[in-house]
Amino acid sequence: MSKVTQGARRALVWLIVIVTGLYATLAGGVLWGDATVTPGLALDLAGGRQLIMEAVTEGGEVVTPEDLEQAVAIIRQRVDASGVAEAEISTQGSTIIVVGLPGNPSEDTINLVRQSAQLQFRPVIAASQNPGPFGDVPLEPGIDVTPTPDAATSPDATPTPQASPTATERSYVRGAVDPEPTSAPDAEPTLDPGFSPLEQLQPEPGVTDPSSPLWFTDEIYDEFAALDCTDPANRAGAPMGDPQLALVACSQTGSEKYVLGPVELTGGEIDTATSTAELRPQTGTPTGAFVVDIKFTSEGARIFDQIAGRLYELTGDRNRFAMVLDGSVISAPSVNNRQYGGQAQISGGNPGFSQESAELLANQLQFGALPLTLEVQANELVSASLGEDSLKNGLLAGALGLLLVFLYSLIQYRALGFVTIASLLIAGATTFSLISLLSWGMGYRLSLAGVAGLIVAIGITTDSFIVYFERIRDELREGRSLVSAIDHAWRRARRTILASDLISLLAAATLYLLAVGGVKGFAFTLGLVTFVDVLVVFLFTHPTMVLLAKTKFFGNGHKLSGLDPTQLGREAMYKGRGRVKTGPTSTLTLAERKAAAAKGEQ
Amino acid sequence: MRMNLAVWGNKLHSGEKTYPVVAQRKRWFAASALLMALCLGLLLFKGLTPGIDFTGGTAYRVSAPAEVNIGIAEDVFSTLAPESTPTVVVAGETDISVRLGELPEERVIEGRTALAEAYGVTEENVSFSQIGPTWGAEIGAKAIQALVIFLLLVAAVLSVYFRAWRMAAAALAALAHDLIFTIGIYALVGFEVTPAAVIGFLTILGYSLYDTVVVFDKVKENTENLTTQFRYTYAELANLAINQTLVRSINTSVVALLPVTAILFIGSMLLGAGTLTDIALALFLGMLVGTYSSVFVATPLEVAFRGNETRIKEHTAKVLALRESGESDVVLTDDGQVRVGALAPGGHRGTRAQPKRKGRK
Repeated sequence: MSKVTQGARRALVWLIVIVTGLYATLAGGVLWGDATVTPGLALDLAGGRQLIMEAVTEGGEVVTPEDLEQAVAIIRQRVDASGVAEAEISTQGSTIIVVGLPGNPSEDTINLVRQSAQLQFRPVIAASQNPGPFGDVPLEPGIDVTPTPDAATSPDATPTPQASPTATERSYVRGAVDPEPTSAPDAEPTLDPGFSPLEQLQPEPGVTDPSSPLWFTDEIYDEFAALDCTDPANRAGAPMGDPQLALVACSQTGSEKYVLGPVELTGGEIDTATSTAELRPQTGTPTGAFVVDIKFTSEGARIFDQIAGRLYELTGDRNRFAMVLDGSVISAPSVNNRQYGGQAQISGGNPGFSQESAELLANQLQFGALPLTLEVQANELVSASLGEDSLKNGLLAGALGLLLVFLYSLIQYRALGFVTIASLLIAGATTFSLISLLSWGMGYRLSLAGVAGLIVAIGITTDSFIVYFERIRDELREGRSLVSAIDHAWRRARRTILASDLISLLAAATLYLLAVGGVKGFAFTLGLVTFVDVLVVFLFTHPTMVLLAKTKFFGNGHKLSGLDPTQLGREAMYKGRGRVKTGPTSTLTLAERKAAAAKGEQ
Repeated sequence: MRMNLAVWGNKLHSGEKTYPVVAQRKRWFAASALLMALCLGLLLFKGLTPGIDFTGGTAYRVSAPAEVNIGIAEDVFSTLAPESTPTVVVAGETDISVRLGELPEERVIEGRTALAEAYGVTEENVSFSQIGPTWGAEIGAKAIQALVIFLLLVAAVLSVYFRAWRMAAAALAALAHDLIFTIGIYALVGFEVTPAAVIGFLTILGYSLYDTVVVFDKVKENTENLTTQFRYTYAELANLAINQTLVRSINTSVVALLPVTAILFIGSMLLGAGTLTDIALALFLGMLVGTYSSVFVATPLEVAFRGNETRIKEHTAKVLALRESGESDVVLTDDGQVRVGALAPGGHRGTRAQPKRKGRK
C-alpha cells in the first residue's frame, strides 16, 4: 500500500472517529443529560414573544457592561419568579437586552420584564426571620411577632420552617475607620417590645421620624403577616411602594421579611460601590473575608450621616436600614457608627462575605446608583402555528435545494456526482450533530435566518467539491494519469478552497460579532458549515478520490465515471518512453504514429 | 447537453476556443459603468423601500383565518387606527398580512384582539411585530459597520494571499459592483429592504469573493512563470484563465443558485414574504451578478490594474516585439489570432520543435 492510500485511509478513519464522537456525545447528552436530539429552536420557529430593549440612563451616562449584566440578572429573576420556563435573556452590543419568552406570555409578564429597577434606602422597623405567612394570629402588644413554625396556620401557603439564620449572618455597616465590631450581635432578632401595632398609632401625615414605630399600623401588620417570602413572585420585581409610606418586603434570598419605613435615600446618591478584601484594622492584613465599600455623593453623605445618627440610638432591628433593589431587600445591615462622612463599609458580620457575594452586592448597589430605563425597541410575537409553518417550509426548501444539487451533480459529473452526494450527506450529518450539541452546550437556538444560512451553505459547500473536481479534469486534460491528476489537482484546489473558505469564515465571523438580530443566526450557521466544509473536503472528499482512483471503474476512466480522458478531449496520452496512448486499447510509439499519419496523408 | 458542455470545456481549456474577454475589456467596463451609473441614479433619486424594521411600524399576520378576505382587516384598522393606512395582502396560501405605521403599544395589543375576533381565530394565531424607529437605525448602522470592517479584513487577506494589492483592489471593485447592482435592482423594482435582505446583501459579499478567488487563483497559476517565457503576454494568460475556469464558474454558480432558487420558490409559493424569501431574493440577484462580475469585471480590471506594473509592461512589450519580428513560436488560429494555451502531447511538432539555427532558412 502506498503512502498516499495509507494517508487517505487514515483520514477516513479520523472522519469516522470525529463523526462517531460527535454523535456519541450527543447520544450521551440525550441519555444522561438534558440534551435533545434535535436542536433547540429560536422564537421565530418555535413561536413566542420577543422584546428588544435598549438600556438608557436618565442622565445619558454610558451604560457599563456590569450595569447591563445586572439589569439582565434582575429581568431573569423577575421572569423566573413569574413562572415562565425557558426564557432566553441575552445582551447584544453594549446597551441592548433581548428577552425571548416562549409561547404566548400575558401582558403582565411583559410589563414585569420592562419595568425599570430602583434602589431605595429605607430604615427597618421590624423584621422576621420566618419568611412564610403568619396567618391570622392576633397580635398582642409586646408580643414577639416571630412565631414558632407551628403557629403558622395559613392553609394555602405552607410556611417552611427554615433554619433560622444565625445572628452572625447579619451584616454590619461601619465607617471606613471604624474598628471591627466587637459586640456580638443580638442573639434572636425579635420585634422591639417597645412598640406594637395598635389602632390608635395611625401614622399621621405629620410623622416625621422614618424609623418611628408609628409606621407599623394594623394594615401594615396584616400585609406583613400575609407576606409569603418563600414565593419568588414576592421577591423579584415586587412593587416598590410609595416612597412616602412604609413598605413590607422580603429579603432577596427569601429568608427574612421586613417592615420598612419611607424612603430616605435613593440609589442615585451612591457614587461608587466596590468590593474589596477586608483588612484587619490593626495589622492591615487580609482577614480572608470581603467587604463592600460604598462612597456616597456629598448630598448622599449628609443624608446618610443623618440616618446613621438616628439609627445608632435605636436597638434591635430598628438599628438596621434596608437597601431595596427591585422590590426585595438586598442587604439590611446594622449601623454601628454615628458619622460615616460619605464612606461606608458593609461587612458580612461573622464569617463575612465571600468574594462572590461581596461582588454581587457591590454590583447591585452600583447598578442602583445608575438606574437604567429600558426602552422597548422591538416587540414581536410569533404564533406557534406561524413558526411551525416557517420551519416546515424552510426544511422543504432545504430538501428541494439538496435534491436539485444532487441531480445537477449526477448530470455533470456522473459517478463522481455520488462523491458529491456522499460528501454533502456527511457534511449535513456533521452539521446537524454540531448544531444539536451547541444547542445543548451553549444554548444555541436555530432561527429561521439560521435555516436560510444552512440552505445557502449547501451550494457553497458543493462549490468546493466542484472546484476540486474541475481541477482534476483540468489535470487530466493536460495529460496526467488519474492518480497523478488527483495529486496535482488536490495541491492546487486545496489552496483555492482554503482561501475561499477563509473569506467565508471571515464574513461569517465579522457578521456574527458586529451585526445584531437575525444576522447573527445566519452568520453562525454559515460559519459553522464553512468549517464543516473544510473538514469534509480534507477528511472525506479527497481521501475518497484517492481510493477511487485505484478502482478499475474510475482509474481506467469509464465513460460514466466522469473522468473519462477521451471525453475530456485527451485522445492521445503520452505514456513515456516514446509511447502515446491514443485510446483505451492502442498504444503506439511515436514512430508508429508518424507512419500512420503519413499513411493517412497519402 | 453534458457532452457539449464537456467538449466546450475541453476546447476552452486547451485554448482551442477562446472568448477575448480581456481584449474586449473596454466594452465590459463600459457596460458595467453604465449599469452602475443607472443603479446609483436609481438609489439617489428613487431610493430604496425600507421595511418596517428600518422605519418603525407595526405588522400583523393572521395564520389560517376562517375567511381569506383582506377587506376585514382594512375595516378593523379603519376604526382602530384611522390615521394610518394599512397595507393588507394575502401571504403564502392563506395567511393575512397587515402592515401599518407606528401604533402606541396598547393599540397594538387591541389590534391583535380585534383581528383575531374579525377573522374568527384565537389570539394565538395572530402574530405581530412592532418596531421602534431607533432600533431599525441601529440595525442599519451595525450592518454598515460590519460591511466596512469586513472589506478592510478582506483587502488585507487577499493582498497577503495573492501577494499583489492590485489583485485585491480588483476583487473589491468587483464586490462593490455586485453590491451596487443588487441594491440598484431593489431600488428599481421597489422590493422591500428588510433585515433579512440585508443579510442577503452581506452574504453576496462572501459569495462574490469566493467566485473571484477561484478565477484569480487560476490567473495566478497561469502567470506564475510569466517572465521566464516570451510567448504570451500577461493579458493573454489572464484571458486563458478566464476561459479555463468558465465551466467551473458556471457549475459553481448553478450549484449555489439551486438551493437559493428552491428557497425562493417554496418561500413565495407557500410562505409569502418573510425572512427566507428576503434572504433568497437578495442572494439570487447577487449570485447572478457575482458570476458575471468575476468573469467580466474582476479579471479584466485586474489586468488593467496590473498592466501598469513596470515588470509586466516591459514583458508585454518584449513579447509583442518578438511576435513582430516573427521570432516568436506562437501558433495562430484560423482567424489569425494567437492561440493561447498549453501544447497538447500527441500534437507533436517534430523537428519544428527544435531550436532554429542562425543563418539557416
